[in-house]
Amino acid sequence: MDQRRSECRFRLIPVFTDNLLKSMTITTKNNLLDSFLSQVPNHTSFSEMRAFSKDFLEKNGLPAAKEEEYKFTAITKKLEKAIDDFSLAKKTDLSSDLIKSHLFDGFEGDLLVFNNGNFEKEFSSISNIGYNLSLISESKPDLLGKIANKERDPFVALNNASFEDGVYLKVLKNQKVENPILFLFLNQANHGQVINSRILIEVEDNAEVTFLENSISLGDEVYFSNEVTEIKVGKNTQVHYNRLQNESKNAITVNNSETDIHRDAVFTSVVISISGDMVRNNLSLNLLDSGCEGNMYGLYLLNGKTHVDNHTNVDHTKPHAQSNELYKGIMADSSRGVFNGKIFVRQDAQKTNAFQQNNNILLSEDAIVNTKPQLEIWADDVKCSHGCTTGQLDEEALFYLRARGLGKDQAKGFLLYAFAGEVMEKIADEAFRTHVINLVESRLGSNF
Amino acid sequence: MLTIKNLHASIEGTPILRGINLEVKAGEVHAIMGPNGSGKSTLASVLAGREEYEVTEGEVIFQGKDLLELAPEVRAREGVFLAFQYPVEIPGVSTTNFLRTAVNQVREYRGLPSLDAVKFLSVMKEKMKLVEIDQKLLSRSLNEGFSGGEKKRNEIFQMAMLEPILAILDETDSGLDIDALRIVSNGVNKLKSDRTATIVVTHYQRLLDYITPDFVHVLFNGRIVKSGTKELAMELEEKGYDWIKEEVNAASV
Repeated sequence: MDQRRSECRFRLIPVFTDNLLKSMTITTKNNLLDSFLSQVPNHTSFSEMRAFSKDFLEKNGLPAAKEEEYKFTAITKKLEKAIDDFSLAKKTDLSSDLIKSHLFDGFEGDLLVFNNGNFEKEFSSISNIGYNLSLISESKPDLLGKIANKERDPFVALNNASFEDGVYLKVLKNQKVENPILFLFLNQANHGQVINSRILIEVEDNAEVTFLENSISLGDEVYFSNEVTEIKVGKNTQVHYNRLQNESKNAITVNNSETDIHRDAVFTSVVISISGDMVRNNLSLNLLDSGCEGNMYGLYLLNGKTHVDNHTNVDHTKPHAQSNELYKGIMADSSRGVFNGKIFVRQDAQKTNAFQQNNNILLSEDAIVNTKPQLEIWADDVKCSHGCTTGQLDEEALFYLRARGLGKDQAKGFLLYAFAGEVMEKIADEAFRTHVINLVESRLGSNF
Repeated sequence: MLTIKNLHASIEGTPILRGINLEVKAGEVHAIMGPNGSGKSTLASVLAGREEYEVTEGEVIFQGKDLLELAPEVRAREGVFLAFQYPVEIPGVSTTNFLRTAVNQVREYRGLPSLDAVKFLSVMKEKMKLVEIDQKLLSRSLNEGFSGGEKKRNEIFQMAMLEPILAILDETDSGLDIDALRIVSNGVNKLKSDRTATIVVTHYQRLLDYITPDFVHVLFNGRIVKSGTKELAMELEEKGYDWIKEEVNAASV
């Protein structure tokens, strides 16, 4: 009924409606964007990149409701509702004890602490063995902004235009960094709800390194964290990036992570999302040469109203490269999971192997998952496969376990753990893996 | 030990069991035979507590307790064991891991101290011999990629570990070759005692050459229409089920 009425009005006074609609969208676009951009101080560094991105944003705005890439994740609406204070969140009070309490058992490695997105040198422990760490504002690396595609996603552009500072970590040629390097993000919005973080990693040829990332909220206040991580992995390198997202039920996060992978290098990403309000992960791997391998694994374990959207993108540009992808989700209550996996195989990329799998379990009637594989293949001699499943817990398996004496919750826990375990076992660092497994296990019984 | 009185059960409104009466005493082996669709597996499932079946009438008393009131896991802890006709494959759950939890749940219920990893392994090794099962198989995911025979052996192995009072074998012999059948039956026979009882649900008389029943019951149309001893099974093997059907039909006219 409503639809017909509006069509009718459109026909009668098309010019007026059209204009009105247009001006309305532009106003909302600009209101939110202006609020963000008006807070941006004048930066002298990377001015070209910043100007380009600002221009891009002004032209395109933040994602509109119908925007295909954000169809199931109404992030702009969410931000309009939730954020009042668009200024950058000031540093919150940290202490070594507080930081210690957020380190997991058995952690051995270098630690980089970020306080509302700002690098905290005094609380970090940096050996600089096998790598060099500097502030972006000091080293002004040419590579910055060259990896993350600033025309693909407005949130990359927003970070480009407005980030204050960040770190540039360079792993040196032929070095094997023995212990993992942990990025610990401690977030707490006070006086300003916007957190920008910026990381640039360059792994030089033949090096090996494992990164861990843990995002934690220190309070329940609403904040918006917009993160950009750019990674270049050089020839013949082995790089693991393991990310745990465990933020408060009011945290809104957009994580943009893009990696350029060079010849014969292996890059593996594991993303575990277990809490938050709305989380959007844009993960892109660019396989730039032959012999390289990109792996993407993800687990989302959602309850309450948590909304997690994983958009992944892998670009095969040259022959004989391989990508593997496995994302798994368990959704309870009225949570929502979104998975969108894009595989792009260019004409040159013959003999590509690309595999993608997304499996979901819905534990309640109100839980939702939207999953979409998106394969675009221009080469004719490739092996690509994709599959997705969505279902409930296997009743027959549940009965089997109960018939052997396991309680219902325990049996459920066993099955869910078995489902999730396949992703968790991909985490490269043992202590971190144990930490994640413990967190996940505590959720799989009666108190999901 | 087990008394089934006038048991009626249906699935999605269709009655399958229409008044089963059965008395099983400690030390006994009962064979339940019958043509396809007669309700044999339903009976086994209802006893184990499968939730799709609705019991519409009758009662089942196990060791003085109303079995139908108990959740499947409580029945298991009380000592009821169902060897599945089609054991479920559960990827990601290792047999050893799951079984240790199960055994300790059952032990806790029975007031026994739980087994630590070392003790559990030594018990496991001992029971493995019973069904000639390989340890490699047990460290793999539960039943995943197991052959038919391996799955059935794994069922009997689990039974050995859980030490049930009443074992219900639901067509454990179906699809087994002679060697596997011999191994599985040997396992069952070794586990028998004068304190435990076994209900063997089978389609084929062949199994009863290996596991000697004290009683044989023929299930047809959801009722036990004939009971006897081992000789009845021989007769069925020879003459098939048609004469039973005719007898039943004649009686009901």
